[in-house]
Amino acid sequence: MRAKVHVFLKPGVLDVQGKAVEAALHGLGWGDVEGVRVGKTIEFDFKGADAAETESQVKAMCEKLLANTVIESYRVEVA
Amino acid sequence: MKAAVIVFPGSNCDRDCKVAIERSTGASVDMVWHGDTALPHGIDLIVLPGGFSYGDYLRCGAMAALSPIMNDVKLAAERGVATVGICNGFQILCEAGMLPGALLRNEALKYVCKPVELEVTNAQTRFTAGYAGRREVTMTVGNGEGNFFADPETLARIEGEGQVVFRYKDNPNGSAHAIAGVVNARGNVLGLMPHPDRAFEPELGSADGAILFQSALASA
Repeated sequence: MRAKVHVFLKPGVLDVQGKAVEAALHGLGWGDVEGVRVGKTIEFDFKGADAAETESQVKAMCEKLLANTVIESYRVEVA
Repeated sequence: MKAAVIVFPGSNCDRDCKVAIERSTGASVDMVWHGDTALPHGIDLIVLPGGFSYGDYLRCGAMAALSPIMNDVKLAAERGVATVGICNGFQILCEAGMLPGALLRNEALKYVCKPVELEVTNAQTRFTAGYAGRREVTMTVGNGEGNFFADPETLARIEGEGQVVFRYKDNPNGSAHAIAGVVNARGNVLGLMPHPDRAFEPELGSADGAILFQSALASA
């Protein structure tokens, strides 16, 4: 199975990178841009029996390492 | 008296911490590699130094928090051994769940490196008893991700419980409530972004950091 994990700062947690990117986009003329958030994507192969089992394992990885749930939220995709 | 400084790959203040502890307290200091599974016997103080452990990969301190030695560090802290995380060490303690909150990128996206004035918010902890009667101390910060964050409930709790130990007089990085250092509920684990290891003798511009190491060992 191929797993993709998207990690972003939680809503309400100041994303200064997002703010800087947003200001740069405004500077390039895209003044309608708002709410930029910069996150990261982590992908990997995983020998899981099925999608549901893989997803639950990947969520456990997020809780233990891939995300810091004090400040970040995550979304898991398994295919 | 015996202290241990944990050395992670990418730590760069480990030697500073060793010298700072030796000169300010006279304690002997063991350098302990992150890959070891046990601390030496009879350790009275554990210090997690500043630097860029594991290149700050994934998140500052995330990998170091899972280092083999951290199991024993957690057990020692549970036994009540004084444990201090400085800068990257603070980030590691938060990532390890040994302290509340997390450290975000600095609000202004700048690496801040300068002496800062700190308010001693709680001079009744085992780390700050030596500051009794003093409201202000000076140490140096050097961080890009020193912006302390905790949710409102956690902030209210640590403020109410006296766990906020140091506060910036002039907040350099956007930290919530200008928090520069916190202790755990039990009071034996301290994390702070400013460097007491860069302020332990007058030649460095301040000797205020020496008092922190002295206090930590005096109560051991």
